[in-house]
Amino acid sequence: MKLASKDLLGIKELTKDEITLVLDTASGFKDVLKRDIKKVPALRGKTAVNLFFEPSTRTKTSFELAEKRLSLDVLNLAVTTSSVVKGESLIDTALNVQALGADFMIIRHSSSGAAHLLSKNVNASVINAGDGVNEHPTQALLDAFTIKEKLGRIEGLKVAIVGDILHSRVAKSNIYLLTKFGVEVRIIGPPTLIPQELESHGVKVFHDMETGLRDVEVVMMLRIQMERQGKGFFPSTLEYFRYWGLTAERLSIADKDAIVMHPGPMNRGIEIASEIADGPRSVILEQVTNGIAVRMAVLYLLAGVRG
Amino acid sequence: MKVLIKNGHIIDPSQGIAGIGDVLIEDGKIKEVRIQNAEHRTQSTAPPTHPSPSRGEGKGGGENLVSDLRAIDAAGLYVLPGLIDMHTHLREPGFEYKETIKTGTMAAVKGGFTTVCAMPNTNPVNDNSSVTDFIIRKAIQEGACTVYPIGAITKGQKGEELAEMGIMHSEGCVAFSDDGRPVMNSLIMRRALEYSKTFDVPIISHCEDLSLSGGGMMNEGLLSVTSGLKGIPSEAEEIMVARDIALAGLTNGRLHIAHVSTEGSVRLVRQAKERGINVTAETCPHYFSITEKAVEGYNTNAKVNPPLRTQKDTAAIKQGLKDGTIDVIATDHAPHHRDEKLREFDAAPSGISGLETALGLSLKLVEEGILTMKQLIEKMTINPAKIMGINKGTLKNGADADVIIVNPDKEFKVEPEKFASKGKNTPFEGWVLKGAAVITICKGKIYEQ
Repeated sequence: MKLASKDLLGIKELTKDEITLVLDTASGFKDVLKRDIKKVPALRGKTAVNLFFEPSTRTKTSFELAEKRLSLDVLNLAVTTSSVVKGESLIDTALNVQALGADFMIIRHSSSGAAHLLSKNVNASVINAGDGVNEHPTQALLDAFTIKEKLGRIEGLKVAIVGDILHSRVAKSNIYLLTKFGVEVRIIGPPTLIPQELESHGVKVFHDMETGLRDVEVVMMLRIQMERQGKGFFPSTLEYFRYWGLTAERLSIADKDAIVMHPGPMNRGIEIASEIADGPRSVILEQVTNGIAVRMAVLYLLAGVRG
Repeated sequence: MKVLIKNGHIIDPSQGIAGIGDVLIEDGKIKEVRIQNAEHRTQSTAPPTHPSPSRGEGKGGGENLVSDLRAIDAAGLYVLPGLIDMHTHLREPGFEYKETIKTGTMAAVKGGFTTVCAMPNTNPVNDNSSVTDFIIRKAIQEGACTVYPIGAITKGQKGEELAEMGIMHSEGCVAFSDDGRPVMNSLIMRRALEYSKTFDVPIISHCEDLSLSGGGMMNEGLLSVTSGLKGIPSEAEEIMVARDIALAGLTNGRLHIAHVSTEGSVRLVRQAKERGINVTAETCPHYFSITEKAVEGYNTNAKVNPPLRTQKDTAAIKQGLKDGTIDVIATDHAPHHRDEKLREFDAAPSGISGLETALGLSLKLVEEGILTMKQLIEKMTINPAKIMGINKGTLKNGADADVIIVNPDKEFKVEPEKFASKGKNTPFEGWVLKGAAVITICKGKIYEQ
C-alpha cells in the first residue's frame, strides 16, 4: 500500500488505512532508533528543506532528526535571515527552495492553508508541520502512535482533549484522526474556547472536567497560549487552572490506567499540575521520542509516492 | 446620427413597457420607443419570438446603413435600459494596478452596464471635491460608460468626522458611503443620516460590527472551524443592519444597506420596510449564487466581505429579492491583482471581480422562476437609479440612450483571462452562464461584444 498524495497536508485528507500504514511504518523506524547506529540510508541523496515561519523547538528538531536518520540532506530556512523579511511572497520563497533541489518542504506557518498553497505551486512533497489553527498532522500521528503503543489499540477508546480547542491545530488533527478510528472524543474547556460546531463532527462537548473526564482512557492536555490572556476568553490563568487544570484529584475521575498526554510546551500550574506532568501516567516525553519515528515514516512513505 | 433597434423584445420597467417593438435613438438620446404588440405583464423568461441561438447571435451585428441611420435587427433579443451598478470599485486613483476607470468601465460595458457608481475607497479617499472632480474628469476622458462617484461619509473613511458632503454632492457625488469600512460610531452615523437629508442623498452602509468580525476571513460555522479560518458570524452584519435601521427611524434619513448577505439581514430590512422606515437594500450575485463551500481548499478568489454564507442565507436572499425586500442587485465589483490573491488566505484581500458575470448569474433567477424578467431588470436599472437620484435606467423619450441588447440564449464560459477588467479574481471561473449583452449602447455610443 502507498499513500495517495505526494503531500501530507492534514489528517482530514487521509484515510484510516493510510493512517494505519504510517503508524505501522513508524513502528519499524522506532526499532531503528533503538539501535546503536540510529541511521538508515533510505533517502540518501534527497534533500529536505525545513521552512519554519513560526517559532518551534520540538517539531523542528524532531523533523530535523528524522530527516538525518533517513540520510537526507537537510536545509533549515530560518525566517529571520531569509528574504521573507524583505517582502518575498511565500510562493516565491518556495519556488526558490524548489529550484535549489528540494524533494521535501516541511512548512510551519501562522496562516491556515499555507501548506495547501505550497502544495498547489511546487512539485516537492509538502509536509504540514502546523498551519495557523488548521492542522498539525504529524503531531496527531505521533499521538496516535503513542496511544497505540501504550494501550494496545486506538479503536473504541474514550479520549478527552482539554483546553483551548478553538485555537489548537493539534486538537483539530487529533479530532479528525480519532473520529476516523471510532474513538469517543470529548472536548473539554470553557465555551469561549470550544467551537460548538464540532459537535456535528461527532465529538462530545463538555464544559466541566468532572463529567468530561469520567472513565476516559486518554487525557490530552493542550497548551493555554499566553497571548489569549486578556482577550476575554477567560478572566485569568488562576481561574482557568481552578476549573480546567489537570490535577491529581481530577485525573482520578478518569480510567484508573488512563495516560496523560501533552503536545508541549507545557505551562505547569496553568493547564497541568507538575505532579501530573512528571507523574507515572504521563507519557509526555515518550510522545517526543515517538515523534521522530513517525516523522521518519511520513518522509519515507511520501518518498515512495513520488518514486 | 440615428440608431434604430428593430423588432426587439423591449422591457422598460420604468415605464411599464414590455413587448416587441423598436427603439429609435437620435444624437445620444432616446427619441422614441414604439411597441407593436404590447404584453401587459411579461411573465415569460423567454422572448415571445423564440430565437434559435444561431439566429440570435450575429444578428446583433447585422446593420443597414441608410444615410446616417444605423439599423440593428434585435429580433429574438431583449432590448433593455442599460444596467446600473450602484456598487463598483474602480480603484482609481491610487490602485491603478488593480483597475482603472478605463478598464473598469470597459468591464462594465462588457457586462451590460452603462452606468457605474464608484466607491470612494481609493487612495486618496474620495472624501473631498478634488478627488470627486478627478474621477469625473477621468471618466469623461477615458470611461466607456457613465461614472457617478460616491463620496466618503467621513474624512479618510475613518468614521470620525463627516466629510464635505455638500461640496462633493455639488461636484457630482450621488451618494455617500465608507464602504469597506463600517461607521462604527453610532453618533457619527446618526449625524450622517441627518446631515445628508439637506441634499436628499442616500447613505450607503457597509454593515459590519468590527469588534465582532475582527480578523475574520469567512463565514463562521463548521467549515471555518475545520479550515482553521477565523469566522465572521452573521450577527456581525445583522447587529449593524439593526442599528442603522434604528438610526434611520430616528433621523428619517435615507439609508441603503450594501451587500446584504444573511437571512437575518433580509428579515430586518423586511420588518423595517413594513414599519415604514426609509430603507433600501442591495445584494450581489455571489450572495445568491454560491455559499461558503466555495472557500474550501483555501480559494482566495472566494474571499469576500461580507463573506459567502450558507444555503439558508442564499435562499432567504432569493426570497428577499422576490418579495421586494431587496431592491437592487449590485456587483460590489472589487478587482484585485493576481499576486494579491495568490497568497495565504488570511493575507489575501477580499473581493470579487463581478461586472462581467453579474448579468449571467442574475438571469439564473429568472430561469429558476424566482424573478420575472421585468423584476430583474427593475433591480438592475430603475431601482438603483431612483435610490441614487439619477436620471438613468429608463428608455423614456429624451433620456440618455443607454440601451443594451441581450441574447438570453447565448452561453458563455467564464474565463477570467478574457475579462476586460484587470481583476481576474472570480470564484465563477469555468462556469457556463447563459445570457449576455451582445450590444451595449452608452449615450448613443455602440459597443458590440
